[in-house]
Amino acid sequence: MEQGNRVRVSINNLSKTFYSNAGEAINVVNGISFDVYNNEFLVILGPGRCGKTILLNMITGLQKPDSGEVSIDGRVVTGVAPEMGMVFQKLGLMPWLTIMENVEFGPKMRGVSKKERREKAAHFLDLVGLTGFENHYPYQLSGGMKQRVGIARAYANDAQILVMDEPFGQLDAQTRYNMQMEIVSIAEKERRTIIFVTNNIEEAIKVGDRIILFTKCPAQVKEIYPILMPKPRDEISREFLNIRSEISDNTDLAL
Amino acid sequence: MSDAKIRVTNLTKKFGDLLVLDNISFHVKQGDFVCVVGPTGCGKTTFLNLLTRLYTPTSGDLFIDGSPADPQKHNISFAFQEPSAMPWLTVRQNLEFGLKVKKQPRSVIDERVNRILTLLGLEEFKDAYPHQLSVSAEQRIIIGRAFSTYPDLLLMDEPYGQMDIKMRFYLEDEVLKLWKEFGSTVLFITHNIEEAVYLAENILILTNKPATIKESIPVSLPRPRDVTSPDFIELRRYVTDQIKWW
Repeated sequence: MEQGNRVRVSINNLSKTFYSNAGEAINVVNGISFDVYNNEFLVILGPGRCGKTILLNMITGLQKPDSGEVSIDGRVVTGVAPEMGMVFQKLGLMPWLTIMENVEFGPKMRGVSKKERREKAAHFLDLVGLTGFENHYPYQLSGGMKQRVGIARAYANDAQILVMDEPFGQLDAQTRYNMQMEIVSIAEKERRTIIFVTNNIEEAIKVGDRIILFTKCPAQVKEIYPILMPKPRDEISREFLNIRSEISDNTDLAL
Repeated sequence: MSDAKIRVTNLTKKFGDLLVLDNISFHVKQGDFVCVVGPTGCGKTTFLNLLTRLYTPTSGDLFIDGSPADPQKHNISFAFQEPSAMPWLTVRQNLEFGLKVKKQPRSVIDERVNRILTLLGLEEFKDAYPHQLSVSAEQRIIIGRAFSTYPDLLLMDEPYGQMDIKMRFYLEDEVLKLWKEFGSTVLFITHNIEEAVYLAENILILTNKPATIKESIPVSLPRPRDVTSPDFIELRRYVTDQIKWW
């Protein structure tokens, strides 16, 4: 990596256990450690219900770990770090605001002047291909377009570390393909550190610089795969198919 | 064509002025496995809905064994992308449903349902309700149910939609097993070219709206197919190039 592998986010020995009403302990995340490098596109890949979302909530500071810690640029973080921005599967767009108002919401809350935040929002709306839809409301957009708004919103809020939790999980298959290509090209144009969660092996190989494969619950790191193919990647190429079978063979089949 | 099990002639569908399907004709022989692929929004689902008789065509018709398709007379089964097991019935009762509608005797129902439960390895879940199962298990029951009536025509609309490859390969092998065992004639709609090349005896490529048949490609690769073999990859690439929705 040209950034000389500078560690941006360090996840150190995170664990989380929940207790059922009957007092039964459910260990969801079990001693997870890994580093996220500056400006890399890191994919967290794991089967459904493996504890990915809990892990993510601890990384973003939304949930407290039982043990372990998260640091950004060497500084231990407790609570929500301003450097982090999130893109959710379920969008979380505000239905009563226009697309422009949704994207400039974060900067507005931080007291950025109207002119500056408009310019910024317009820039990122252009980047995600939504110029012309500034005055529309979320309900007027398709699923793929709404997810683009979510991405533009995270970028416009100056998040240096973008956390995306299965952002394309609810899109239909063909829109999903398009968005995978789109996110790769956006990430190349505007370098940020991205932590992208998915349960789809092909999607992971399409977008990731590195893939961290998790076991099923309780989540543990099973293997780390650096993906060196140049982007955009051809999913029919031999190299792609080889990596796909390697990861697939190493994944638990949950029938 | 004497060996044509299914014959579709000049199928056309308009919604108002919008022409969605334009004069589609083809035939499918007994025991064939046809995958239908096409660009997004090209009318694949409308196409399927016409074949299921949920929609009435503007013109053209569908024939099974030479007579106009009739759900009263022919067995037409569907499996859709959304899991559609009946939530108030157990796995066994879901599998029995079509056979009961077709008024099969108890002995036939038991024999066939047991056979499907064994083939799918779902015996231990036979008394469970759909909500107690994973989405993939529910989908497997629907596929089993679709085969249970020995359909003249089995229509499947992206049943494995977004499943991850490991699960997809598993389920694709399972559907091939059922298809071979039951000798059914299958029409399988998918957006996934790899899936089409893996499953099909014949691939039907539709054009953009209004949909017409662009090409029909026989797939002669030996089974079980190796998705990384050069022949497989070449065909996959060819079909992909014919569609190019991006």
